[in-house]
Amino acid sequence: MFSWFGKVNFVQYTKVSDFAVHLKDGRLMGSVCSGCGFQTFPPRADCPECMSDDFEFTEYSGKGEVYTYTKTDAAPTGFDDIAPYTVVVVELEEGGRLVGWLGDTLDAGTLAIGDAVQVVPRIWEEGEEIKVYFTVDRSGTTWHKAPAAHLG
Amino acid sequence: MSRVGVIGVGHGTFGRRSDATVQELAFEAFRMAMKDAAIERSVLDASVIAAVPEYHKQRSVAGVVQEYLNLNPLPTWLTEVACASGSAAMRTAWMAIRSGLHDVVAVIGCQKMTEMETAEILALMGRVGEVQWESVFGTTFPGYYAMFANRHMHEFGTTHDQMLAVAEKNHYYGARNPNALFRKEITREKAVASDPVSSPFCVYDCCANADGAACLILAKDEVAKELSKKPIWLDGVGCATASMSVLRRPNLVGLPSAQEASKQAYGMADVTAADIKVAEVHDCFTIAEIMAYEDLGFCEKGRGGAFIDDRQSYIGGKVAVNVDGGLKAKGHPIGATGVSMAYEIVRQLRGECGERQVPDADVGLTHNVGGIGQYTFVHVFKRD
Ligand SMILES: [Zn+2]
Repeated sequence: MFSWFGKVNFVQYTKVSDFAVHLKDGRLMGSVCSGCGFQTFPPRADCPECMSDDFEFTEYSGKGEVYTYTKTDAAPTGFDDIAPYTVVVVELEEGGRLVGWLGDTLDAGTLAIGDAVQVVPRIWEEGEEIKVYFTVDRSGTTWHKAPAAHLG
Repeated sequence: MSRVGVIGVGHGTFGRRSDATVQELAFEAFRMAMKDAAIERSVLDASVIAAVPEYHKQRSVAGVVQEYLNLNPLPTWLTEVACASGSAAMRTAWMAIRSGLHDVVAVIGCQKMTEMETAEILALMGRVGEVQWESVFGTTFPGYYAMFANRHMHEFGTTHDQMLAVAEKNHYYGARNPNALFRKEITREKAVASDPVSSPFCVYDCCANADGAACLILAKDEVAKELSKKPIWLDGVGCATASMSVLRRPNLVGLPSAQEASKQAYGMADVTAADIKVAEVHDCFTIAEIMAYEDLGFCEKGRGGAFIDDRQSYIGGKVAVNVDGGLKAKGHPIGATGVSMAYEIVRQLRGECGERQVPDADVGLTHNVGGIGQYTFVHVFKRD
């Protein structure tokens, strides 16, 4: 179900495809290696350290701070209808970084590197197909989470 | 160890070349390089062709180039590492010569970028980054470098005005290079008023796609001395990589691949950053040149903005950088760029650059970056 991830998706099949299912349930997942305990975000099926191919998802809080950002005016195919949009790199509290869109609880004009933020799982409202993504919002923002992880 | 010498160079005009196919562009540069080297085709043992395949309608472009240059049945192969493909071709030619397999190798960088429709270019633009986790958020090539720029400004107080000072310098020299796409000086005042692209960048922070080709003839030590009165020696070839995903980099204020590749190249050529008189660096975006000053050791990390403010990268400064206009003014036909950089350095070391000549240029360098620093090649050239 990795095809669910992104407004425009380029990768349909991956060994970590349940990431998108968890995201739909409101959970942001990294991975932990079953061999050596190496933890990383974004998740990887195969450990870069010990070369084990056995892993488990582990939930991330989504708390972090702004590492860098840019407001994009010149958008590529599939994103022109939402331009200009702000892309933010977040340094996650549990380690690792992600890139996501600035949510509407924050203002691009006052955003600063080092600001505390909350990464929030989202479902794209327009259209029939399921599309999931996440936004970078004001610290303390809450969202709906499915009661327990269920994988499709 | 035997050295590898450059015995011939050729360079076509960069720009929107609606008059020519990619193999015709390659021919222009090849013809000039062969004439410059004053050799016959029979002297060549092989060619290496650099081009990024996804821009060409013709698949396996090395085949048509090799045929059009009348180089069959000599061996050839294509090198591709995004915008650093040209330097990868130089590196593999150097390896082929040093291994003893070939004595004389033609390196041809060529690219036709303007035959694509705007829609195709916009679609390609959306797949520049790592596509699984990053491109899904509409990340772009200027966007990535813009995020480096914002981080650099945050950590070191670098300003957008300093970035545009790089563009001003490169247009100043590009106006004096007959092969350049933009042969016009610009001012920072005009540049800052150009359309926004990805904050803090506006149009004048970004290089432009172009069509073009460049060619070098490389030969092994004794053959180079026999064939050429003044071979220029490729004495240091450094190459390093960094993660595809910018999320997995240690920081976003420099390119670790460039730092590592320059260390290798300096060590191999037995020089230091202070010995470099003239450099061609990969200014795909203005911040990239500022980071290059630092990554190559021309100044300390964080001092790149001051380096351009003090005009240290102009002729007469500490090290003349991109005095052919750089990618910014010369244009960036991605497969040709690395070879074009080497062309300029060879001509500088030979003393052939007229009003753009760097005085006493005896050691020069090229810094050619693929993608967002996933690959960097640093080459050091010397004259006798
Ligand atoms: Zn492991």
